[in-house]
Parts: sequence; C-alpha cells; structure tokens
Amino acid sequence: MIKKTLISAVVAMGLTGSAAYAAGAEAHVEDFDFSFEGPFGSFDANQLQRGLKIYTEICSACHGMKFVPIRTLSDDGGPQLPEEQVFAYAERYEVFDEELDDFRPATPVDHFPESAMETAPDLSLMAKARAGFHGPYGLGINQFFKGIGGPEYIASLMVGYEDPPECAPEDFAGYYNKAFPNGGIPDSCRDENGVSTVEGSWIAMAQPLYGDDVEFDDGHEADLHSEAKDVAAFLMWTAEPKLMARKQAGFAGVVFLTLLSVLLYLTNKRLWAPVKHKED
Amino acid sequence: MAGIPHDHYEPTSNGEKWLHRRLPIAGLLYDTLMLPTPKNLNWMWIWGIVLTFCLVLQIITGIVLAMHYTPQVDMAFASVEHIMRNVNGGYMLRYMHANGASLFFVAVYAHIFRGLYYGSYKAPREITWIIGMLIYLLMMATGFMGYVLPWGQMSFWGATVITGLFGAIPFIGESLQTLLLGGPAVDNATLNRFFSLHYLLPFVIAGLVIVHIWAFHTTGNNNPTGVEVRRGSKEEAQKDTLPFWPYFVMKDLFALAVILVVFFAIVGFMPNYLGHPDNYLEANPLSTPAHIVPEWYFLPFYAILRAFTSEVWVVQIASFVTGGIIDAKFFGVLAMFGAIAVMALVPWLDTSSVRSGRYRPMFKWWFALLVIDFFALMWLGAMPAEEPYATFSLIASAYWFAYFLVIMPLLGVIEKPVAQPDTIEADFSKHYASKTGGTKTLVNPAE
Repeated sequence: MIKKTLISAVVAMGLTGSAAYAAGAEAHVEDFDFSFEGPFGSFDANQLQRGLKIYTEICSACHGMKFVPIRTLSDDGGPQLPEEQVFAYAERYEVFDEELDDFRPATPVDHFPESAMETAPDLSLMAKARAGFHGPYGLGINQFFKGIGGPEYIASLMVGYEDPPECAPEDFAGYYNKAFPNGGIPDSCRDENGVSTVEGSWIAMAQPLYGDDVEFDDGHEADLHSEAKDVAAFLMWTAEPKLMARKQAGFAGVVFLTLLSVLLYLTNKRLWAPVKHKED
Repeated sequence: MAGIPHDHYEPTSNGEKWLHRRLPIAGLLYDTLMLPTPKNLNWMWIWGIVLTFCLVLQIITGIVLAMHYTPQVDMAFASVEHIMRNVNGGYMLRYMHANGASLFFVAVYAHIFRGLYYGSYKAPREITWIIGMLIYLLMMATGFMGYVLPWGQMSFWGATVITGLFGAIPFIGESLQTLLLGGPAVDNATLNRFFSLHYLLPFVIAGLVIVHIWAFHTTGNNNPTGVEVRRGSKEEAQKDTLPFWPYFVMKDLFALAVILVVFFAIVGFMPNYLGHPDNYLEANPLSTPAHIVPEWYFLPFYAILRAFTSEVWVVQIASFVTGGIIDAKFFGVLAMFGAIAVMALVPWLDTSSVRSGRYRPMFKWWFALLVIDFFALMWLGAMPAEEPYATFSLIASAYWFAYFLVIMPLLGVIEKPVAQPDTIEADFSKHYASKTGGTKTLVNPAE
C-alpha cells in the first residue's frame, strides 16, 4: 500500500512539477485586429464565409469539428449562409447513419464530421482552448487588455512557419513554427540550462496556407496574412457561436443594472439622510 | 433569549391572529427583517447579501443547467457544448454559473477578511464563525466538484491531483481515495458521484447559512467599533441601532447592484477570463496538460500545499520523528488543511481583549501583511514550482501560520490598544459631525 501511495504521490508531484516545463518555449503571437474584439465587436459575416471556405477546402482534409451543427451556418451572428446553400454545403460531407448502418450525405441537422486524421485535433473549440497571451508573471494583465488570444494564436500559427534556425539538425522531425509553444526542440537549440534559444518549436502539421490557396467569389484578396485572419475568425465563431448575443445580453445587463444602482443610491441616500443629519 | 431588545410582531387582523396561533411564520419573518442592526456598519458589511445572492443564483442556474447536462464520461463534454449552442440562453446560464462561482469566492474572502479585521469571530460569536468556516469548506468542495463536471482536460487532471491528496493520508488514504473516485482512477463513477454531490451540497450550505444567520441574530451583528449594542432597554438599543429593513436592505441592495454591474460586464464581455483554456479540450486520460492549475480561488491553499517539499527542514524533522509516516506530500496536505484549521480556531488564538482592529495599532500592520500574504500566495499558486517561487511560497506559507499561531496570541499580551468609543451612537455621531463635505463616501457607514 505504501508503494501505491508513493506512486500516486509521485504522479501528483510530477503533475504539479510539470508546470516548470510549460515555461519552456517562448512563442511569438501577433496581436491581430479582429472585428469581434472588445465589448461592442461583432463577427463579420463575409469574413466568416471566407474562413468557412478555407476551412472546407484546406483544414477539413485532416481536421474535424464534431461539436458544430452544420445548420448553424445560417444562424444570425454567424456566417449567415442562405438556407439553400447550407443544404448544398451539407451534402459535401458523408456521415455514418446508425439507423441505415451505412454512410449517407450529411444534412444541415448533422454536425461537421470528426477529424479524418487521428492526430489532427478537433477544431470546434480550438479558438477557446488556446491562449495566445500570457502574463506578465502569471498576473493575467495581458489577457485582460488583449483578450485570451485564441484566434490570435491560430492566425499566428498559420503565418508562423519559417525556415528552421541554424542550430537545428536538418533531419529534425516536424516543421519549425515560431508561434507553436509545445512542440519538440532539438537539444542543439537549447542553452546549458535546457532553455530554448529559439522562438516557438517544431510542429507535426506541415504549412497549410501559403496565400492564394482559395479563390473567393467576391474577389477578396487571399494573401497568407488575410487568409490566416479569416480562418481564425471563423474558428472563433465555431468556438463561440453565441458571442454577439452574449455581448448584447451583457450590455443590456450592464445598462440596466447601472440604472438600478443609481436609483438605489438615491433611495438609500434619502432613506438615511434624516438618520445621519439628526445630530448636526 | 438574550437578544437586543426590540419590538416584536403583534398580529392585528383576525386572519393574522388565526395564522399566528397555528404557525408564527409572520413573526419569524418580522423579527428577521426588523433585527436591530448597529447603525455604524460600513461597506464591508454588504458581503453577506452578496453571498446570499450568489447561493440563490448558483442554485437556480445550476438546476436549469442540470436539466440539460449528462453526467457520463462520453457525453458530459458534448452536453456542455449542447448547452452552449442549442439550449435557449444556455450560454448565459453556463457563463453566469461559472463566473458566479468566482463572485461567490470573491465575496466569501472579503467576508472572511472583514471578520478577521473587525474581530467578528470573538466571543460571543464563535459559533457564527465556526459555521461560517464550515460553509466555506463546503463551498470549496462544491466548487471543486463543479469544475470536474464539464469533463475538460483541467476538470479531469484537477480531479486526479486533488483526489490524489487524500491518497497521501497514511494507512487509510488509499481506501479513502478509492471511495472518493468510485474506482482506481478518475472515471465515470467519479463524474457521477461528483455530479450527485455537487447538486446536494448547495442545499447543505443553504441549511448552514440559516444556522449562521440564526447565530448572529442571537448575538447581534458585530460592527466596525467592536463595541456591543447597549441592551439595557429598548430605547437605549434604539440609539445604537436601526432596523435591518429598510435601512440595511436598501444599502445592501445598492452595493449588490454595483457589484452585479461588474459581474455582468465579465459574463457578457470576457466570460472565459477566469477560466482555463485547457478546459475547452475534452478530458483525455492519456494526455497530461503541460500546466495543471486549480481555479484562482484555490490558489492560496494550493501554494501552501506545494510549499512543503522534502527539502524543507520542518518536513524532514516531521518525517524523521514519525518514522516516515509523514512524508513531504502528506505534510503538504496537512499544511493545506491546517491553514484553514488555524483560521477556524482564531477565536481562541486571538488573546486581545479588544475586538475591532481599528483600536489595535500593532495588529493593523500584521493584518495588512496577512492580506498581502494572501494575495502573494494566490499568485505563487499559479506560478511554476521552481525557484525563486518555491522559496517565496515557503516564506508566505510560514507567515500565514505565524500570524494565527504566534502573532495573534502574542499581540493580545504585548499590544496597547487605543481608546474605543463608549457607544456605537458616539462613534456614529462623531463620524457625521466631523464629516460634512461628503468626500469620503467609501468610508461612510451607510450612505
């Protein structure tokens, strides 16, 4: 029993201790400007549609979005695809139907398919599952002012592929990305304390976007930077589809409660006035 | 019952008399709402209402969330996404519930530190204090189990680490941990029992809250001077007090509305600020997150837990004396629970005859240091377990214990308190006589 206690002790201590490892790589995350930032920011439906196109033509080859119902593509506050387009869009995916015991074309009530590749993470919630900004010193001040930075992280990752630094051996596994924090780093790129000397690390995913990967119907430019931004905005919508409704509710709450506070302040002041000034 | 003398409910109409003879509920409500309350209470006395509001908010949002949530390992995470995407207003319900827990803890810490400064724990209010500490413990248990329910990565690994603490208890630890988990590891059985308990405990808290209120309605509220309300006669008591309704209800509601403005701004504009991104990844027993941190409200005690490693000499002595039964990990667990236990015992550790910190010149500084220490521990709990944070954690933990176990008993002996006002009325009048401009709104007892 003591042995088992020890094991669980080691596991728990190892877990808490592993925090030290997280501080390993410094990654470069650019503070992109998104239309949905700030208390009054909102999604740009055109940008979400462009992002959807990039997702569909490139990301979905490996990644899935199993929590996102296809029908929500026509929702308010989202890409707002016309309904007939959503039907047409759904048909491009095959889903497994348990009742038919066979595959059939998807309909809008189905969800996006799961990741086709086991190592490719599901992207439904990725924009909320990553933090682009940290600190300083664990105080969360950057996150307060810049946001948590999920979409910024995704966009930075898309534009973060660079030629590997000279310290790395040529056959090192993966692709160098200066925005990716948790990948492998060759020992030759670490100093004597094991601290990485390069920005970012090596990621298993090959560079997915190069610019001009898709052609937009409205002729919108498709350089790498704007593609990265569009797909990041789209993934923010898939992660937080009710963002605009939430901000409206928050705004209504703040306005209403501010008004209520003023009224209660005046009520309270008047109520207490005779008590306080009795002695004057 | 030796309460503060005041008017009691007298049924007037025939209907009231009929009810009163059978069930004196109107009288109970009347006496509760009309409780004579010291009229010099300051703005730190508003947290009780905020806490009551939080409990109600959490129970209501929680009950509705439970209607749509599935406590099953393969479905829990997806059911939370279902709430966020498909349930009408589900995203607001969930964000209010998650951030409501944070507001609950902000309020409870403010409430506890208010009590520590103004000596609200001292005789005759020890029972109120102890019940309060029990409520706080149950809140932590409830908050912890609630965080497991979304079944994200941080839920799963947080549960693994925290239940592992119970495994560190010698002899019974292993069985206790298995009992908590319902098996050898965090799994479906764990999720199910945590859901069940997360639903149950708030009602236990509600019951204890009633006892907490009953206890301080018996002794009367403490107040910023720590001087008791005069109880010689009703007229005398009325000079020191005002009825809770409407004076303090209105004041508290105003404060609550201001706090809710901030709360709604967070829920509406930055609902994930206090959360952890990793919890938007579904739990995966095969992949440990790089950085496991508890929610912010556990961080001070988490820092104390981690501070006592096997390199600390106190731990080495404890280990040597007990023949290894108390190892570093168990010592950490003892320290963490001990940090709360010493706080619960403060009514007997504080030897000063003066109740309020306002009249204790030396105490003030030690108390200010304790508040700084608390925030320092909170910050350290979030930092990686490496130097220099490990040493800072140890110093900060040592001060926490020193404050309760050494400074509190000693101060009462060596400190020379300054003069206290004779009555609450004198304090109140002096405050309003000296202040006519109204620039110091924040320190006003009851504007």
